[in-house]
Amino acid sequence: MIRISKFLLIVTLLFTACSKEDDGNVNNGNETDSFDRGAMLENWADNIIVPAFDNFKSSTQQLEDLTTTFTSDPTEENLVALRSQYESSYLEFQTVAMFDIGKAEELGFRRFLNTYPLAAAEVDNKIASGSYNLELPSSFKEQGFPALDYLINGIGDNNAEIVAKYSSENYRNYLLDVSKRINSLTEKVNTSWQGDYRDTFVSNTSSSSTGSVDKLTNKYIMYFETFLRSGKIGYPSGVFTGTPSPINAEAYYSNDLSKELYLKAVQSTVDFFNGRSFNGGQAGSSFKQYLEFLDRGDLAEDITAQFAAVKSQATKLDSSLKNQVQTNNTLMLGAYDELQKIVVLLKLDMVQALSISINYVDSDGD
Amino acid sequence: MRSSITKYFNTYSDAAPLAVFRIGFGIMMLASIIRFWLNGWIEKLYITPKFHFSYYGFEWVKPLGDFTYLLFIICGLAALFVALGFKYRIAIVTFFLSFTYIELMDKTTYLNHYYFISILSFLMIFLPAHVYYSLDAWRNNNLSFQRIPAWFIDSIKLLLAIVYFYAGLAKINSDWLIRAMPLKIWLPSKYDIPLLGDLMQQEWVHYAFSWSGMLYDLLIPFLLLWKRTRFPAFILVIIFHVLTRVLFPIGMFPYIMIVSALIFFIPPVHHRILGKISSWFRIKKSYFDNGRYCFYKPKKIKFIRFVIVLFFAIQILFPWRYLAYPGELFWTEEGFRFSWRVMLMEKAGFAQFKVVDAETGKRFYVDNSDFLTPFQEKQMSFQPDFILEYAHFLADHFRKQGHENIEVYVESYVGLNGRKSEPYISPEVNLLNFADSFEHKTFILPFNDEIKGL
Repeated sequence: MIRISKFLLIVTLLFTACSKEDDGNVNNGNETDSFDRGAMLENWADNIIVPAFDNFKSSTQQLEDLTTTFTSDPTEENLVALRSQYESSYLEFQTVAMFDIGKAEELGFRRFLNTYPLAAAEVDNKIASGSYNLELPSSFKEQGFPALDYLINGIGDNNAEIVAKYSSENYRNYLLDVSKRINSLTEKVNTSWQGDYRDTFVSNTSSSSTGSVDKLTNKYIMYFETFLRSGKIGYPSGVFTGTPSPINAEAYYSNDLSKELYLKAVQSTVDFFNGRSFNGGQAGSSFKQYLEFLDRGDLAEDITAQFAAVKSQATKLDSSLKNQVQTNNTLMLGAYDELQKIVVLLKLDMVQALSISINYVDSDGD
Repeated sequence: MRSSITKYFNTYSDAAPLAVFRIGFGIMMLASIIRFWLNGWIEKLYITPKFHFSYYGFEWVKPLGDFTYLLFIICGLAALFVALGFKYRIAIVTFFLSFTYIELMDKTTYLNHYYFISILSFLMIFLPAHVYYSLDAWRNNNLSFQRIPAWFIDSIKLLLAIVYFYAGLAKINSDWLIRAMPLKIWLPSKYDIPLLGDLMQQEWVHYAFSWSGMLYDLLIPFLLLWKRTRFPAFILVIIFHVLTRVLFPIGMFPYIMIVSALIFFIPPVHHRILGKISSWFRIKKSYFDNGRYCFYKPKKIKFIRFVIVLFFAIQILFPWRYLAYPGELFWTEEGFRFSWRVMLMEKAGFAQFKVVDAETGKRFYVDNSDFLTPFQEKQMSFQPDFILEYAHFLADHFRKQGHENIEVYVESYVGLNGRKSEPYISPEVNLLNFADSFEHKTFILPFNDEIKGL
């Protein structure tokens, strides 16, 4: 009798143990005491991610349309219009770049849209030969915004020279294909958020590493560390090599765009931290509120203050980070140091407070 | 006194508890190895990384490339043979060596459970776990005995008692008992556990878990030893370990401890278990019930007794070695491992290495992801011996690349049990000036708080 009851006990408890692992769904019940992660996911999805992608989609559509206009009628006027749209789309891209989750992750959205430095020589070769396939995984360095940057800013010294290049059909085709690919990738990601993925994302409130909060937190911090800190500031300033490398600057062929892109990216990560809605800007459930809920308002304040320090440091930077690297790299290194402090606060203090693991390997603990 | 010790060592007991333990241990180990493999961890932890963190003195133990899989196969087979009691002595020695080798390959994966398995399998080398209800005993009647010296069984109980009791002692500190850390951080994040989720948010629950965890660890060995509390204590063991399994990513360990705790029961319980197994597999259990005594040659038993007594002396003293180091143990981690400090702190770090050319002053930062897996980076960033070893590795790497006059510095921060992160290693110190050793690492910055207790 005793043995049977013992077995029953084990079986029931084991069942509880195992059932926990897979069920990542819905947390009904009255959660008066716990922080409502579901509400935070809703705010992230409905007020930030979905509107940001929707907005970016309109922007890339516009980009494709103006590219079509330019390629069918390559005039300086059309080039200027296209360039202005390119700049505005590149800026809007900064508002969605951190959301490398779901369809975006699956497609390698960010990789195809913004890997720099561009393999410019390869692009030249492909244009010359006229044969290429931008969908090949290996072609990520030959497309996206860096390719547009090159094709409308880098292939001639002035507008007239650039426009002259477009007498060649191969140039026109390549430019149009790059724009189309940006737009079609964006459309796929946007459609998935408009469709089922939003619900999948919001309902996955699991506390495990596969839960949406854990996943996006990891993505957010990785974006900040790798793409913002290292990508926009670290690599061009040569913090990992000791030698400044202007070619690594974002929007290398544009004159004054790189700092604006940097600031936009910083602002987007700040807004996400604060849970500010994409349209309208009122704050909702967020990392900040989560920290405050856990009595770690002090940490939220530190992070906010450090973001401010980053922005204030940025006022010293040249509007072209390429120039900055060449003229006074110390300021770039200064920017890196300020960003680094945020990385520590996010990757160490914040995730510790939220008990989210920055661990892409799911090993056992003690 | 002397005679009572002699008498104790001459007492004989039924061999069934040890046989059940051997079978349970073997099966659990086989399952652990298979689970490890299926999770893809052999590849992730031992094949993929370009660099491995070694234990001091064991730098020669490295993963074997694709042969690492063979190592796991050998280890798994050895576990199976242990369970069957087939060529037991060779099997348990093989298991001990292969398992320990695996654990020594990279200290990133250090877990107290793995250490426990290693030393337990070492102890089992000297125990007559195969003389009853085993293939060895089945095949060779001369090896078949039903009565063995009782202290062999007690040695396993003692090891389990040490593990629990020391784990309990380690919890007697102000962070655990007064601040309810780190459970105050860990439990609220388990909001989605059925039934318990909301409870995990309550502060009193964090304190209740902290205090009862400490009391459980300290008292459970005694409750299991004492006949009158044994059964409820075992139920407690089940509840405690299943709860830890539900709350934490703790792998096979809870099951291993539950099965191990069976050894505290009296032999009739084990005979019933063996009876069950016998009826499942149609084994003639009575064949083993021969009532024979397993006598040892005096020299042999003396040797075994010497080894085991020495083993326990080390086990009892080793966890106290931290007292020889200055500073807060949780902060410096000098003497932290191999001491049953289980699930004791929430600690994380961040370490950015700077490589400097001493002559030209040229400097650059290291991208850790170039060399380490995220898991390695995570473990490295808050443990001084890892940081030091990695600094030397970086120097070697960049020297090979043609850099000269290399100095390596680190800017690092560590957060411990909910405290805001603080600088950890002195950023002014060229780490290459230090070699790893058991001496206190003077480049660790002081801990600006106090944790009272053991």
